[in-house]
Amino acid sequence: MPNINEIATSAKETANKLGINKFDIYGSTVDETSVQVDQGEPKQVKASNRSGVTVRVWNEDNTMGVTSTTDVDPKGLELALKTAYEASFFGVKENVPDFSPEATVNIDNNKSEKANQAPVSQLIESLIVAEKELLAVHPAIKGVPYNGLAQRDIDRFYLNSNGAIRTESHSLASIYLYSKTEEEGKKPRSAGAFRINHSLDNLDINGCIKETADKTISHLNYEKVTTGKYRVVFSPEAFLSLLGAFSNLFNAQSILDKQSLSTPDSLGKQIASPLLSVCDDALHPANIGAEAFDGEGTPTRRVSLIENGVLTGFLHSAGTAKRMNANLTGNASIGAKVSVSPNFYHVFAGANSEQEYSLETAENVILIDDLQALHAGVKSLQGSFSLPFDGWLVNKGVKTSIESATVAGDFLEVLKSIIYVEKEPELTPGGVCPRIWIDELSITGE
Amino acid sequence: MLTNSLLLSNQLPTLQYTSTPERFDETWEAPLAILLGLGRAAGADFIEFFLERRNYISCLAEDDSITSISPSLATGAGVRVFRGKADCYVSTNNLSFSGLKAALEKGLSILGLQLPAANAFIPEINLELLRDYATKRGKDKWLPLCSSIREMGEVLLDSTAYLQRKANHIQSRRATYFRDWQEVLIAASDGTFARDIRLTQSVGFNVLCADGANRTSIAERAGNTSDANFLRTWDYQQSAEQIAESAGKMLYADYVESGTYPIIMANHFGGVIFHEACGHLLETTQIERKTTPFADKKGEKIAHESLTAWDEGRSENAFGTIDMDDEGMPAQRTLLIEKGVLKNFLADRTGSVRTGHPRTGSGRRQNYTYAAASRMRNTYIATGEYSTEDLFASIDKGIYCKKMGGGSVGATGQFNFGVDEAYLIENGKITKPLKGAILIGEAKEIMNKISMCSQDLSLAAGFCGSVSGSIYTTVGQPHIKVDSITVGGR
Repeated sequence: MPNINEIATSAKETANKLGINKFDIYGSTVDETSVQVDQGEPKQVKASNRSGVTVRVWNEDNTMGVTSTTDVDPKGLELALKTAYEASFFGVKENVPDFSPEATVNIDNNKSEKANQAPVSQLIESLIVAEKELLAVHPAIKGVPYNGLAQRDIDRFYLNSNGAIRTESHSLASIYLYSKTEEEGKKPRSAGAFRINHSLDNLDINGCIKETADKTISHLNYEKVTTGKYRVVFSPEAFLSLLGAFSNLFNAQSILDKQSLSTPDSLGKQIASPLLSVCDDALHPANIGAEAFDGEGTPTRRVSLIENGVLTGFLHSAGTAKRMNANLTGNASIGAKVSVSPNFYHVFAGANSEQEYSLETAENVILIDDLQALHAGVKSLQGSFSLPFDGWLVNKGVKTSIESATVAGDFLEVLKSIIYVEKEPELTPGGVCPRIWIDELSITGE
Repeated sequence: MLTNSLLLSNQLPTLQYTSTPERFDETWEAPLAILLGLGRAAGADFIEFFLERRNYISCLAEDDSITSISPSLATGAGVRVFRGKADCYVSTNNLSFSGLKAALEKGLSILGLQLPAANAFIPEINLELLRDYATKRGKDKWLPLCSSIREMGEVLLDSTAYLQRKANHIQSRRATYFRDWQEVLIAASDGTFARDIRLTQSVGFNVLCADGANRTSIAERAGNTSDANFLRTWDYQQSAEQIAESAGKMLYADYVESGTYPIIMANHFGGVIFHEACGHLLETTQIERKTTPFADKKGEKIAHESLTAWDEGRSENAFGTIDMDDEGMPAQRTLLIEKGVLKNFLADRTGSVRTGHPRTGSGRRQNYTYAAASRMRNTYIATGEYSTEDLFASIDKGIYCKKMGGGSVGATGQFNFGVDEAYLIENGKITKPLKGAILIGEAKEIMNKISMCSQDLSLAAGFCGSVSGSIYTTVGQPHIKVDSITVGGR
């Protein structure tokens, strides 16, 4: 792929030639290698070096068009600019997206974090060892059907015809292991874990093996759970899954589109237990692969969403911030219709809890570890959910795996029914969060 | 054009060739044959090149405005290298000879192979005459015949205006359309050389209705391959009336009472039950991972004798229709289950190599960044002998699942899927609407509980996500009865 300066120069020259005075470009390149193994042998190795850019063009009438392309040589950029220019005449007439006013402000902590990529042979060897160790933990673990070890270098940039230019680079390495058990007379059980870090050298592979093994083994002793209302404890990953599924609560674009459980008037209202506070914090120290600017070039930052149960903020693009007279937040993706999404959740305890709870002493609570089928069981605009899950019935610290059950409820009621936010946070791919206790939820078993 | 078919490797940097840049045609034979020969000379057992060009556009109408027109252009290639049963897949945006050669070289090196020395002969790979499904079926004309941006906008705005007139308590209404034009060329060291064009389109509604605390959101979508006129023939009035009726009923529906019920699943998108509960488990990818309970059951009874099921690539204009798969093999009509007996698995090249099941033209991928894997195409339960009335008459208390949401299946064969529109059945009659239902079960168990199939087979468009990305598929079935299944609710 041409470098950032070549793309910028080429884009400006082509735009001038086409008579385009106003444009911006967001793009990225990814250099990635991933491996899978099966019973001690490499199964598949994948390598990819791909690039892509999205160009936006404003015409003389100030309507905007957009085109994405993977072809970033001068000819490809010219075709993309032409196509975007043609599309611009069909662009919206009201609330036309515009450059972010913060696209040119200085970013203090903008830095490149590239690690040296490990040889493919080392990736394969590391994953084979991990598979072998996982299989050796317990005789019931017969396979690791889903596994992968990947490393990737990511370069991204934003530039516009007003002189904005931003670049950023970082490296990531990740591993996932998902093991399966088989025992005579019993149903197969499975569980998995995931880890991510800047490079293979500091990737917590042993932690991933241990978590996968512990979870899988804990599901060997399983039972059906009786249908009813239970006190439920969401694992950090499960709670963040649910929060993400209902992220329209904070999404300014969704709110303006009437596709949200919130309205512009919701700010300042108590929507959750005072025990809960939530921020979107792209720059959180635990966020591996943190991005310093969004798709419009706006710097990312920490944004308070819920403070002691009160809705305190929305996530914005440049356009939504302007329309709602709010500050930018750095959550936009470039597009014909700019979309808004969270960067990295930080969930933590708000007001002090009058009572603390512990899985060591609690009786008959359901610990939900992993929610499944969110694409099918969440009605994000109705606020309701009905989801299969992996988890345990916990009685005074003794965990019994639950077989084939669903949890159902209303998310806004869940937020208000929080009775305890634990102190110890855990890092997940979507954010940092402790375990969250909910007073009563419907569980369907048998 | 290349003139020399017996090459020395040190001649490669100075070779001159011209491939048609805007079309995958016969001019690509020479450079690809050389690259395949180069890979074989390096010691690879098999090499495959997958070249792709894509022209995509989506359009969104919200209420009475077009709020997004998003074109997207893409070109790329993937090269797959096999050495024994191990394989390596490398993808790139660079379709120049040097770009493809670099991708090949990377794939070879990952498998421990090196390009031949400077004075080595490169064996000739004789590709078949280009098997050109696009030219044979006039597909080169499709793209310019598709709806223009202006026409897309007009149709979608007309449709949302009509929806506004038909539905009550509307809070927001959306109509979405996309057109996905894809040209592919596959060349492999076994001589495969094939080209195709695919044209996939989809259009539909998404409506949110609210009345006080009652809220409901419902989506409806139609899909098509191969018909450039698809958007012009979309019956948005019928679609709007259907979605308005569904939204009206579900707006005030009670939550389903959880438990175990007999259910009737409607035809059309109800076919997702077979897709999740069985279809995925008949892919050789699942045999390789040992995540299917049916791996050693070929020829054995795995389902109720009332059940026969197919997966095929050629239903006219259906969403999952392909003339050839993404490995260049003509799509077959594959009998999966006949009267409850497992007949065949769905196999791609890798699955065939690793499991021994014959290829079925089922190697599919989202795009050039994915290696092909065994995937479904148009998958459906065949017509049965009962009437729909027979099915209802057999149930004293159960649930009619009229409109299904999405679903998934896990590594142990446990599946789940949501129900967007459901009704209570009492004494053989529909009595009231229900919402919030999700169905869960075990594949092995549920297949023996599909006891009645009616005569009204209907197919529906869907999107399927798996190891080789998101692809277009068809699900389908007649109305079916499931004797008992766990229904999650409140």
